Amino acid sequence: MSFRILAIDDSRTMRHLIGAALEPHGYDMHFAEDGIAGIEVLPQADPHLVITDINMPRMDGFGVIEAVRASDDYATIPILVLTTESGADLKARARASGATGWIVKPFDEEKLRAIIGRTIGA
Amino acid sequence: MASLDDLKELYFQECDELLEAMAEGLRDMENSPDHSEAIHSVFRAVHSIKGGAGAFDLSVLVDYAHRFETLLDHIRAGRIQTNAELMSLLHRAGDHLSDHISAAKGQIPPIAAADPKIISAMEAALPTGASDPEAEPTPDFAPLALSLAELTPIAPIAETRDPPIAIGNPALLRRIIRFAPHPALYRAGHDPALFMRALADLGQIEVTVHHAQLPPLDSYQTGDAGLFWEIVLTSDATAHEVQGVFEFVEDLAEITIRTDSDATAAQDDLTGQESRPTAAPEAIAAPLSAPNATGVDTQSAPAPAPAHPPVSSDTPAPQATKSVATIRVNLDRVDRLINLIGELVIKEAMLGQTIETAGLPANSDIHKGLDGVRQLASEIQESVMAIRAQPLKSVFERMHRVVREASDATHKPVRLITEGEDTEVDKTIIEKLVDPLTHMLRNSIDHGIEARAARITAQKHEEGIIRLSAAHRSGRIVIEVSDDGAGINRDKVRHIAEARGLVAPEAQLSTAEIDNLLFLPGFSSKDEISALSGRGVGLDVVRREIQSLGGRVTIQSTPGSGTSFTISLPLTLAVLQGMLVDVEGQTVVIPINAIVETIQPHTVQIHSTGTHTRVVQNRGELVPLVDAGQSLNLRQALHNINDRILIVVETDKFNRAALLVDRIHDTRQVVIKSLEENYGEIPGISAATILGNGRIALILDPDEIVHAAATPHPLALEVCHA
Repeated sequence: MSFRILAIDDSRTMRHLIGAALEPHGYDMHFAEDGIAGIEVLPQADPHLVITDINMPRMDGFGVIEAVRASDDYATIPILVLTTESGADLKARARASGATGWIVKPFDEEKLRAIIGRTIGA
Repeated sequence: MASLDDLKELYFQECDELLEAMAEGLRDMENSPDHSEAIHSVFRAVHSIKGGAGAFDLSVLVDYAHRFETLLDHIRAGRIQTNAELMSLLHRAGDHLSDHISAAKGQIPPIAAADPKIISAMEAALPTGASDPEAEPTPDFAPLALSLAELTPIAPIAETRDPPIAIGNPALLRRIIRFAPHPALYRAGHDPALFMRALADLGQIEVTVHHAQLPPLDSYQTGDAGLFWEIVLTSDATAHEVQGVFEFVEDLAEITIRTDSDATAAQDDLTGQESRPTAAPEAIAAPLSAPNATGVDTQSAPAPAPAHPPVSSDTPAPQATKSVATIRVNLDRVDRLINLIGELVIKEAMLGQTIETAGLPANSDIHKGLDGVRQLASEIQESVMAIRAQPLKSVFERMHRVVREASDATHKPVRLITEGEDTEVDKTIIEKLVDPLTHMLRNSIDHGIEARAARITAQKHEEGIIRLSAAHRSGRIVIEVSDDGAGINRDKVRHIAEARGLVAPEAQLSTAEIDNLLFLPGFSSKDEISALSGRGVGLDVVRREIQSLGGRVTIQSTPGSGTSFTISLPLTLAVLQGMLVDVEGQTVVIPINAIVETIQPHTVQIHSTGTHTRVVQNRGELVPLVDAGQSLNLRQALHNINDRILIVVETDKFNRAALLVDRIHDTRQVVIKSLEENYGEIPGISAATILGNGRIALILDPDEIVHAAATPHPLALEVCHA
């Protein structure tokens, strides 16, 4: 069984990088280019894990977390936040909004996989 | 799998788009006082550029983008007010970011460090006390502050193995970890089992689950956290590694980690977050039954079901609904497709001809089938052209910088207004427009817009305005660069042209002819080569570049109020919809986009306005009558034209004319085959095509035909050669 991951990032480069890091390792990747699109594809993607950027047009990462946590089916799935900030502020905000964890950009592929593995037990 | 180089190329492509978005956002900020969305989009663009740059180790770019982002963040948060000075800084900063990206691409020499002038201006703009001297370090995971509060010292539990390993390997350490999740931990999508698994990866673990605080089943609420765990970890992992397991949950659970070894406690107690056991354990919940409390080894660490139940492998995954925005295709493949479609169009025409020759009735199935094929071929062609078409926006965006720099260099304040940037043009054309447009804009600022003092004297706004607009017009793309400057000084132009031997002193030149002298090779109206537009490139080069794209440049100028250059380009370089007509036994093609209507001469009034000129009264307007046969030198003037056809065409300049032809065949797609390679430029003919019967037909250029008929000596060049 392959784990399904929904990655939400408005940067195409970032989506490609995430895809390149995870797809060869058997993850079934789904992508969305902003928060609204991410929430829209959530049921079809039916992910085991959501990775979301913070700064995005239309709906930002905090909005994504809120919406996912408010949904019936995905309230408890792990959500990792992608951020360039390593500041305590942002981590605290991410955690307060219900994020499961965070990945600091630029990410190392190995580290990304390690965090995901740790988060979904893959 | 995509290689790193491929990804980098994608990144650079995205950078170009982000730079456009940034430039657009900056202009929106300038134009509208309520610019909250604009500043956000600028911030996001710079942020995304930085994010990607980090992935490719472009540290200079990361560092600079970070500083830029910091400034934008302050503006976004309202800590800095925007004003003209700040906007100018943001523009310069944006240009510099663009340079950094160009350098990273290798298009310009590498930039070792950001421009200190911009950096210091950025720092000066920051609110006091908010300077950001260090670029954000590439962060590693910050050490955690694990809570020691409410520590209930616990003795080792369920020890199944003495640690003989510890003796053999002094680096091995026994730690006792107490892990008591708060309800929030479950709500944040964590699964306690995974922490056990992560610890198991570090060494051997023994896990005890305590469930005494678990509420009775009938009062249990989902998300209640009644369980806590005690894990004995025997491993050589560092404290940092062990803490790392709990990185995301430091305040979502009570976590205590104690070392269980006097020998190593001091060494490992780096942060004071691990403590030695101090006392005997208080009575914790009664020893748990076997399934819950067992000493386990690494291999069999318990793994309760994840919080979100995985779908079993025999359930087919739902159809992937990846929202793929784009795919990258090699341009060669698209070109090959376009060539094939050209062939298809020719074959289809041939098939049509064969069917017609066979004399089948028009309502036969084969005719209907052919119509269907034609329709499809035309749709396919349009779709393929759409693949190549791109909005002019990317080019127009770059022009803002050109104008800014030219404006700075000449000390003439200039505002660029762009219109119609969504107009789509074939990609090949777009790429080749950058140089001519750059040159035309520089030319307009250098020669067109007056110096500030002169503008004030002329009672104009001291800020010059240049308008760059694009639109689809009668089947072509029309791009205009117009300034509100002084207009062409025709006396001076003529004087220079004479001095350089470009025109004879006695030649009679119309104003349009004088204006066209600017396009002659070797003409430069500045006595000295100016630093800006006189980089050894004249408007003749602009004209040549546009002509190589099948286009034309024309110039119009009104003294005192400005000059306007018009570039007219074909929509596509491959196929066009044309009307096949007969002129003196020749089949020629008139581009359908230029045609307004067709009329029979005897239904309209035709007046003579001179010995050779006639006008047609058409919808309340008088339009000149132009005999295509005469224009192509196929015949002398006709007197009786009643059994022929007039085709009203519209030119780029909205000029209309009635083209006289002998007969209309039909309209169809024709594949454009260039003649220039073999025959050079032929006035009035834009290209040729192959008909269904294998014969060649010429494609008329209505603009030139009409223009040539209207002015006996349209080009200064001809005057010179005369």
